[in-house]
Amino acid sequence: MSNNIEEAKKIIEEVLSVYPEKTRKKREKHLNVFEEGKPDCGVKSNIKTVPGVMTIRGCAYAGSKGVVWGPIKDMIHISHGPVGCGQYSWAARRNYYIGTTGVDSFVTMQFTSDFQEKDIVFGGDKKLEKIIDEIEVLFPLNKGITIQSECPIGLIGDDIEAVSKKKSKEHNGKTIVPVRCEGFRGVSQSLGHHIANDTIRDWVFDKKTGKPIETTPYDVAIIGDYNIGGDAWSSRILLEEMGLRVVAQWSGDGSIEELINTPKVKLNVLHCYRSMNYISRHMEEKYGIPWVEYNFFGPSKIAESLRKIAAFFDDTIKENAEKVIAKYEALTKATIEKYKPRLADKTVMLFVGGLRPRHVIGAYEDLGMNVIGTGYEFGHNDDYQRTTHYVKDGTIIYDDVTGYEFEKFVEALKPDLVASGIKEKYVFQKMGYPFRQMHSWDYSGPYHGYDGFTIFARDMDMAINNPVWQMAKAPF
Amino acid sequence: MSQNPKHVLDHFNLFREPEYVEMFENKKKNFENPHPEDEVSRIIEWTKTEEYKELNFSRDSLTVNPAKACQPLGAVFLALGFENTLPFVHGSQGCVAYYRSHLSRHFKEPTSCVSSSMTEDAAVFGGLNNMIDGLANAYAMYKPKMIAVSTTCMAEVIGDDLNAFIKTSKEKGSVPEEYDVPFAHTPAFVGSHITGYDNALKGIMEHFWAKKERTENETINIVMGFDGYAVGNIRELKRVLKEMGIKAIILSDTSDVFDTPTDGTFRMYMGGTTLEEAREALNSKATLSFQEFNTPKSLEYAKTLGQKTMAFQYPIGVRATDRWLMALSELTGKEIPESIKLERGRLVDAVADSTSHIHGKKFALYGDPDQMLGLTEFLMELGAEPVHVLATNGGKDWEEKMNALFATSPFGTGCHAYPGRDLWHLRSLLFTEPVDFLIGNTYGKYLERDTGTPLLRIGFPIFDRHHHHRYPTVGYQGAMNVLVKILDKIFDEIDKNTNVPSKTDYSYDIIR
Repeated sequence: MSNNIEEAKKIIEEVLSVYPEKTRKKREKHLNVFEEGKPDCGVKSNIKTVPGVMTIRGCAYAGSKGVVWGPIKDMIHISHGPVGCGQYSWAARRNYYIGTTGVDSFVTMQFTSDFQEKDIVFGGDKKLEKIIDEIEVLFPLNKGITIQSECPIGLIGDDIEAVSKKKSKEHNGKTIVPVRCEGFRGVSQSLGHHIANDTIRDWVFDKKTGKPIETTPYDVAIIGDYNIGGDAWSSRILLEEMGLRVVAQWSGDGSIEELINTPKVKLNVLHCYRSMNYISRHMEEKYGIPWVEYNFFGPSKIAESLRKIAAFFDDTIKENAEKVIAKYEALTKATIEKYKPRLADKTVMLFVGGLRPRHVIGAYEDLGMNVIGTGYEFGHNDDYQRTTHYVKDGTIIYDDVTGYEFEKFVEALKPDLVASGIKEKYVFQKMGYPFRQMHSWDYSGPYHGYDGFTIFARDMDMAINNPVWQMAKAPF
Repeated sequence: MSQNPKHVLDHFNLFREPEYVEMFENKKKNFENPHPEDEVSRIIEWTKTEEYKELNFSRDSLTVNPAKACQPLGAVFLALGFENTLPFVHGSQGCVAYYRSHLSRHFKEPTSCVSSSMTEDAAVFGGLNNMIDGLANAYAMYKPKMIAVSTTCMAEVIGDDLNAFIKTSKEKGSVPEEYDVPFAHTPAFVGSHITGYDNALKGIMEHFWAKKERTENETINIVMGFDGYAVGNIRELKRVLKEMGIKAIILSDTSDVFDTPTDGTFRMYMGGTTLEEAREALNSKATLSFQEFNTPKSLEYAKTLGQKTMAFQYPIGVRATDRWLMALSELTGKEIPESIKLERGRLVDAVADSTSHIHGKKFALYGDPDQMLGLTEFLMELGAEPVHVLATNGGKDWEEKMNALFATSPFGTGCHAYPGRDLWHLRSLLFTEPVDFLIGNTYGKYLERDTGTPLLRIGFPIFDRHHHHRYPTVGYQGAMNVLVKILDKIFDEIDKNTNVPSKTDYSYDIIR
């Protein structure tokens, strides 16, 4: 065991000592140090959060409405229950799209049933029926409706499935999807992703047929890219350049038609495994569509991924993949030449959700940076297994980190950059650490693809080499 | 390929490059099965009509783009204004993630708050164990002096009893017996964030005041209410109180916790009303509220204990500030000093200098009920017409107050208050009865885009402009800031509309 590992383990021990015994025992299982050669990261995951610890996690509603369904642009997503959930998540995730908002697209709008006490007491089904009717009058170009359940729905026994069926019939077979993503279900956003995936299976795939499209041998779907700051676009362009035909985007800038047509593709390319492996597996089982995970952060992983995807197709596509890689070589080289000297050997601590705690590591390494700590907000064991391919010996791993732990780990390891979310941003900046939000790209992006990598490199540079950090300590 | 590290193209420009524009067109045409363009155009135009407005106003179940949040947000905000206090929200954990994000996005500051992380088993068996463990953990880790408990709708629907739960938790040793754990039930399906503020304040008052002997003294309690400008406003209030020599306790002072320095230390807690002050506030002779609709229950409670109470409506402007200063003076026997009289004169001077640019301009505004009353009165003082005033969380009583206010000024003629309406209603109004300017929070930018009405950002939340919360909006100084904001917007618009070379050279004036 190297010194590094021992030291890191000591830090974990110290951090754990603050907890009451019962909590210490629980949290101990979520913190560890990665040791080279081990099959996973040695942490437990996807377990209930301990109360009162200041978790960074959200809920199933956030996973369904906020992540999976919300970006589908031509449908109206009703936040069903009290006003807050929809209000706080309103347009907050930067899922970019092209459309006329309020007329044929609705992503940056907040539709809510704004539950009042009487809806809790007498049930909200009648109100929901009325809401659907009102939507049909005022937003006639919507192509479907989803009902995103907030906590009370499941507790008061509303039958949103019956309402959906009834109203769908009344409105000429309109797609109406009831989603049981009440916030108390599961332990994090993660179950919300799963539930949302299942509703696409049950209420879209099994019920809908779109306008017929011609298929080609090169049809693929982008799965698990939410087009934050335009990520899916800077990814799609590469797939198209290598001769593939992207039939659907799940779900950033996506439309219901694209969802419906996805089972016709030849390959599903999966970026965020965590939130959309469910539907990918389903399409594999039911329609025989293979799926492949890819990583479009940083040129090394992009090239690796383009080749991996091309391997599913003929030689033309394989050659095209090489051409695409070659085409962007100059951009990549210029980007690295400019930024690597400013960033080399800088250390990073990550704490994010979905795929990012592992996927972005390669992009940092392309710039000569080292990730010394990482963890998942709502990862499962299979995420931590996949992480072993990315992290180095001695990397500290923290699952569902608490505010307290994260602060202490950063204090102990003193990274050059902390990369996490809005709730963490100002804490670490106050402490004098450069910080980048890695959910919203700190209102920048895209970070995916070659175009995105240049922005990513510039952003990391402007965080780390910002003159403000030299001024944090007063000279007196 | 247009990207270039020498001149990095951000999303603003990258996606306007030809390769992306072409990609978007093909995606739409080939895969989205879009509505025909003329059909989309037809509907766009239809949404601007009187017919659409009537349909829009006849909906009674659907809410679209409301201007309100839910109770616990207000409760968390209130709790953060007490010394070393950790807000603890009993219920689902996702809610707390939302409150923290929401407040941090507005103030650009950390927001500390914990959840009892209730899940399905708690839905069945109740959340007592979550409370017991949660209090113990929060107490051990974050060492607060007080933990202020509120609830999410989940805990309310299943009927968890905070009083009993906290008592049991103390018996189980989660926190010491004498430790301060005030609480408030804050169901999200009743009222809005301002209701939560009131409930949480009353909870803290009851915690410190109930069954205690009251010996009246000369101190005044002041409650600011839920306020996105708390940092600037509370500091301004303190300055005025100091000028007047008044001893006051601000009940929930969030001015420091939402304005901590970057100097190498994260301060989870900073400033705030001390617990000693919170206790002592029982003996104050009066409790004044700056936002009447934020504090009905709290004031009522203070009144039952023998305190004088008085409520204002977010005093912005000359007369509203006059009123609360005179009330303060009368209550305390302290004279309004010459220095403040001078400030008033300077404000009136500024209004006199500039008002001709504002006179007769029509405004639409939306936000919390008290803030709408305050802004409306000021706009009328400036000779502007507050044509549409909307509060999603305003009720009948607010509407009556608004109508009475309109009636006090010729500039209120033909103006309307819209209680319970949302921003989609306002969108219709801005098309059918257009105004010159719109005042509201960040979400007003969608209305600005759709209707072309220039937006002045005053309200909560403001996510897309930085640091305005540091400047006061209330009192004479606040009015000055609001006046300058309004003028800047008016002048910017005039310049924008007169800068076409060889066409409008004549009005692009250098002196205005």
